[in-house]
Amino acid sequence: MAGMGKRPRGPVQKVENPGKLLARLMKYIGKTYTIHLIVVVICIFASVLANVQGTMFMKSLIDDYITPLLGKADPDFGPLMQAIVRVAGFYLLGVICTFIYNRVMVYVTQGTLKNLRVDLFTHMESLPIKYFDTHAHGDIMSVYTNDIDTLRQMISQSMPQLLSSAITIVSVFISMIILSIPLTIVTLIMIGIMLFVTKKVAGLSGRYFLSQQRELGKVNGYIEEMMEGQKVVKVFCHEEESIDKFHELNQKLYESSNYANRYGNILGPINAQLGNVSYVICAIVGGIFAIYHVAGLTLGGLASFLTFNKSINMPINQVSQQLNSIVMAMAGAERVFKLLDEKPETDEGYVMLVNARKVNGEIQETSEHTGYWAWKHYHKADNTTTYRELQGDVVFNGVDFGYNENKMVLHDIKLYAEPGQKIAFVGSTGAGKTTITNLINRFYDIQDGKIRYDGININKIKKADLRRSLGIVLQDTQLFTATVMDNIRYGKLDATDEEVIAAAKLANADGFIRRLPDGYNTMLTNNGANLSQGQRQLLAIARAAVADPPVLILDEATSSIDTRTEKLVQDGMDSLMKGRTTFVIAHRLSTVRNSDCIMVLENGRIIERGTHDQLIEEKGKYYQLYTGSSGALA
Amino acid sequence: MLKTLGAQVKEFKKDSILTPIFMIFEVIMEMIIPLLMASIIDDGVEKGDIRHICVVGAAMVVAALAGLFAGIMGGKCGANASAGFARNLRSSMYEKIQTYSFANIDKFSTAGLITRLTTDVSNLQNAYQMILRMFTRAPASLICAMVMAFSINARLSSIYLVAVIILGVCLALLLTRVNKYFKQVFRRYDDLNASVQENIAGIRVVKAYVREDYENNKFSKASENVYKMFVKAESIISLNAPLMQFTVYSCILGISWLGAKMIVVDSLTTGELMSLLTYCMNILMSLMMVSMIFVMVSMSMASAERISEVLNEEPDLANPEQPMKEVKDGGIVFDHVNFSYKKGSKEQVLKDICLEIHPGETVGIIGGTGSAKSSLVNLISRLYDVTGGSVRVGGRDVREYDMEELRNQVSVVLQKNVLFSGTILENLRWGDKNATKEECMHACRLACADEFIEKMPDGYDTYIEQGGTNVSGGQKQRLCIARALLKKPKILILDDSTSAVDTATDAKIRRAFREEIPNTTKLIIAQRISSVQDADRIIVMDDGKVNGFGTHEELLATNKIYQEVYESQTQGSGDFDENGGEK
Repeated sequence: MAGMGKRPRGPVQKVENPGKLLARLMKYIGKTYTIHLIVVVICIFASVLANVQGTMFMKSLIDDYITPLLGKADPDFGPLMQAIVRVAGFYLLGVICTFIYNRVMVYVTQGTLKNLRVDLFTHMESLPIKYFDTHAHGDIMSVYTNDIDTLRQMISQSMPQLLSSAITIVSVFISMIILSIPLTIVTLIMIGIMLFVTKKVAGLSGRYFLSQQRELGKVNGYIEEMMEGQKVVKVFCHEEESIDKFHELNQKLYESSNYANRYGNILGPINAQLGNVSYVICAIVGGIFAIYHVAGLTLGGLASFLTFNKSINMPINQVSQQLNSIVMAMAGAERVFKLLDEKPETDEGYVMLVNARKVNGEIQETSEHTGYWAWKHYHKADNTTTYRELQGDVVFNGVDFGYNENKMVLHDIKLYAEPGQKIAFVGSTGAGKTTITNLINRFYDIQDGKIRYDGININKIKKADLRRSLGIVLQDTQLFTATVMDNIRYGKLDATDEEVIAAAKLANADGFIRRLPDGYNTMLTNNGANLSQGQRQLLAIARAAVADPPVLILDEATSSIDTRTEKLVQDGMDSLMKGRTTFVIAHRLSTVRNSDCIMVLENGRIIERGTHDQLIEEKGKYYQLYTGSSGALA
Repeated sequence: MLKTLGAQVKEFKKDSILTPIFMIFEVIMEMIIPLLMASIIDDGVEKGDIRHICVVGAAMVVAALAGLFAGIMGGKCGANASAGFARNLRSSMYEKIQTYSFANIDKFSTAGLITRLTTDVSNLQNAYQMILRMFTRAPASLICAMVMAFSINARLSSIYLVAVIILGVCLALLLTRVNKYFKQVFRRYDDLNASVQENIAGIRVVKAYVREDYENNKFSKASENVYKMFVKAESIISLNAPLMQFTVYSCILGISWLGAKMIVVDSLTTGELMSLLTYCMNILMSLMMVSMIFVMVSMSMASAERISEVLNEEPDLANPEQPMKEVKDGGIVFDHVNFSYKKGSKEQVLKDICLEIHPGETVGIIGGTGSAKSSLVNLISRLYDVTGGSVRVGGRDVREYDMEELRNQVSVVLQKNVLFSGTILENLRWGDKNATKEECMHACRLACADEFIEKMPDGYDTYIEQGGTNVSGGQKQRLCIARALLKKPKILILDDSTSAVDTATDAKIRRAFREEIPNTTKLIIAQRISSVQDADRIIVMDDGKVNGFGTHEELLATNKIYQEVYESQTQGSGDFDENGGEK
C-alpha cells in the first residue's frame, strides 16, 4: 500500500553478486531473528500442505463418499462426517500456521528495518566530512527511503511468497503426477506456452516502461526548473513559450506512458485466459480419460486435478515476479551495505579535555563543571599524566592541505593565534579561508606540517574533545526541527532557559524571537524555512554563544545580517570573547577591521598579514581591495 | 472536486467508457467457464458422451479466447484513458499556473506546485486506471460469480452470501482501523526521514558540537517509535490472510458436506458441486480485491484534492477591460499606498507610502532586512496589487495597463533570480526574443558581463546548467541584469541584484547606466551604501514606512538611520571578495 506516490526512479542497475548480497542480508536478519525465521519456514510449509491436502480430499469426497452412496436408500453419512472433520482439522492447522507466519514476519520485517535504519544512522554519524562532500545528499537520503522501502517489500512479501510459491509448485506438481501423468504433461506444455508469451509481452512492456521513465524524468525536470523560475517567467511575460515547450514534452510522455501501461495491462488477462485455456483442455482430455478410465483417472481425480491446474498457474507467475523483485531489491541492499561498509572517521587522539580547578597553582581534575578547562595528557613512555590549561593558543606551522592528494589548496600556511586574539581571514572565493578553519577542528586532516593547540599536536587530541573546545558558526546555517529554544540549546544541552535567553540577547536575536508566534517555543521546521537568512544566522550565533567556547570560529557568520544589526551583534560577541581566541572569515570590511591580525589569502597562500593599519601602510593586496572599493564610491 | 477532475478526461471519454465494458465482458466470459464445466462432467463424463465433451469444450475455449480479447482491449483502452487523463491534468495545471500572480504562487509555494504537477498526477493516473479496470472488474466478478452460483443452487449458495457478509464486515473493520494507524505511521515515518535529511545537511554542525551520540540517541528513540507503530498497524493487516483462508476453507467444507448430501438425494449433480467450489475462490478473492482497491483509491484522494485546488484557484490579478497599451514615461508615483500580503490582514507591510519619482531619475533604496524594500518595488510592475491607495506609472494607475505591456516597460531584476538551462544567448533573449547578437553583447557590456562571457570557451553559446549552477553568484547576477536590460525598459528595478558583485564592478555597472541609458528610471535596492550613494535621491525604508527621502548629503545631515548605516560601513565600506571567483 505504501508503494503509491513514489517518485519514479531511474532504470534499475544490474547487481554484481546478488547471491552474496542475499546471503549477507539473511545473515543480518538472522542475527536477531534466527528462531523467528525457522518458525516462519515451518509454518509456511504446514500452511501450503494443509491447502494441498484439502484439494486432494475432493477426489475422495467424490470417489469414496459420494459415488458409493448414490442410489442407496439409506445412505450412511458417518464416514463422510469423519473425513470432513479430519480435513477441517488440517485446515484449521493451516489457518493457524498462516496466522503465525504472517504475524512473525511483521516483527522480522519491521525489526530488521529498524535495526538497519539505526545502524545506518549511527554509522553515518561516524563518517568523516569527506564522505558527505563526495556523496550527493539526495543519494544518501535515498538509501533511507527508496532502498529501505524495496527491502521492506522484499522481506515482508517477496521472500515468504517465493517460499510458499515454491512449496506449492512442488507439492501440487507431485499431487498432479499422482492423479494423472498424461494430464500433468498437458498442463506442463500449457505452462511452457504461457511462460513464453508472458516473457515476450513482459519484454515489450519493460522496454516501454524504461522509455516512460525517461520521458517522465524529462517532464518532471522541466516542471522543477520552470516552477523554480515561475516568477521570472511572469516578469518576462514568457508564459506562452513555457507552455509550448511543456506541451511538447508532455505529449511524448503520454505516448510512452500509453504503450508502457498497455503492455503492462494485457499481461494479466493473457495469463488468466491462457490459464483458462489450459484448464479447458485438461477438462476435455480428462473427461474423455475419465469415461474410459484411462490411467486410472476417476471423476473425483479429475475434479481434484482441475483444481490443481487452476492453482498452479498463480505461483508459477509469482515465482518469476518475486525472483525479479528480489534481484531488484539486492540493488538496494548493495547500497545499504556500501554505506555500512564506509570507513568511519578515525581517532587516535588520547589527550582529553577535563574540568579542572587550580589549587595552589596546580591544576587538578574535577568532575563538576568549573568553567575552567584543562588538557589531560597521558605520557605512555613514563606512565605519567600532566595537565595543561586550556588557553586557545593555535599555531600552524608549514601546513599543506588538499581535498585530494594531487591537488593542494593550501600551501605552507604559518599562523600564530595567541589567546585572546582576533584573527581574520580575507581573500576571494576559493582562496582557502574556510579550509583553514576546517583543519583546526579536524574536519579534514592535513597532508604536511603541524597544527598545535596549546602546544599540543592536534592529532593527539581526542576529536570530540578538540571540537568541544571550539565554537563554530558556519557559512550555511543549519537549524533542526525543534523549538527555537532547543535549537539554541544545541550548543550546550544542559543550558537553562535563562542561559539560552541570555545567549539570544547577546546575539541580538531576542527581539525577533519574541515576535515569533510562540516566542522561544516556536517550532522550526524545514531548516527554519520561515525565518530570513539573517535571522537564522543570529540563531546560529546564539547557539555558539550558549556553548561558551574558549575558541570561536565565525565563518561568514554575519554575511546576511544588515550592517546596523551586525554592529550590535559584534559588540555582544566582542564582550563574550574577551580574552579568548576568535577566528573570523568575512568579506565585509567592517567585520574584520578591528582584528588583531588580518591574513590575506590568495590561491591557498597567505600573502599578507598584519593589523588593518599596518596592511594599509604596506599598500599591498589588502590596500588595493580596500581603496579599490572605497575609490569606487567617488 | 470530482467535477473539476472529470472535466479533464476530455477526448478520452470514449476509452474511459469502453474500458469498464470490456472488463465486465471479460469477467462474464470467465464466469461462464465453470458453468460449462459442470455440463461436461454431468452430461459428458457421467453419461459417457464424448461428443458433448468436445462441443462444450470447444465452447469453453471460445469463451476463454473471447475473454482474452476483451481483456487485451480493456488493457489497451485503460492505458490510453489513464495516460491521456494524466496528460490533460498536467497540461491544464501547467497552463493554469502560468496565469497565476505572485500571490497565487506564494500561496502554493514552488515545492507545493512541483509535487502537485509530478507525484500527485502520477498517483491520480494510477488511481484512474485502477478505477477504470479493477474497480469494475472486481465487483463485476463478485456479482457474476454470485449470480452463477445461485442459478446452480440457491440453497447451497446462501453459504456464500453469509460468508461474503461476514468477511466484508471483518475486512471493513480491519481496514478502517489500519487506515487510521497508517496515516499516523506514515507521518512519523516522514518525520524520521526528515531528521535523517537534516543530519545529512547539518553534519558539520553535528560534528562541530560533538552531538553524534545525542543525535544517535534521538534517532534510535524515534525509530523505535516508528517500529512500534508499524508493528501495530501491520499486525492488524497480518490478520487478513488467515481470515481469508478461514472463510474459504469453511465454505469449501460446508459446501462439500451439504453438497454431498444433496447429490446423494439427487438434488445436485457432481459437476455442479465442482463449479460451485470454483466460484468460491472467485467470490471471496473479488471481495478482497474490492477492499484493497477501496483503500488505494481513498489514498489517492488527497492527491485529487491537491490537484483540483490548483485548477480551481482564481488568479487574483487580471487585466482591465480596456487595457492601456502604452506606458508614456518612466515617472512613478506612490499615492498613500498601503499593502499587505494577506488580504484583509491588519498587518500592513507598507504603510501610507507617498513618493514621486521623475522619469530618468536614479533612486537608491536602503533599509534593514524586513523593512519592505522589495515589497515596495514589486508594486510598480504590478506583481502584487496595493490594498489601499494607488501606484501610478507614466501618470496612469498600474491597474489600467495591459500587464504584459507594463512588465515589458518596467523591468525587474528579482532578488531571487533564476537562469534557465540553455545557452547564454537563449537566456538573454528572454528579454527580447528578436534581439540580435550585437544587442545582446551590448547589454552584457552595460552589465559588465561581457568580460567573463568572452573568457568562456564557448562564449555566448556557453550552456547554462539548470539553476545556473555552472556560473558564480556574481556572474549570474550580471547575466540577469543584462537580460533585464534587453527589454529596453522605461523603468529598471534592481532588487539587491549586485550583492555578489565586487564593489568596483558594481560601480562600473552604475556608471554605464548613467551614461548609456540616461532616460531610463532606475531604482536600486542595496545593502551597501556605496551602491546608492551616487544616486540622484535615496529612499530610507524602515518597518514599512519611508523614513527619509533625499540626496546622500541631505540624508547624512538629517536622517538618523542613514547616518548609522553609513557609519557602520564607512572608511571603506567595500567587500573583499565575491568578485565572481574569476581570479
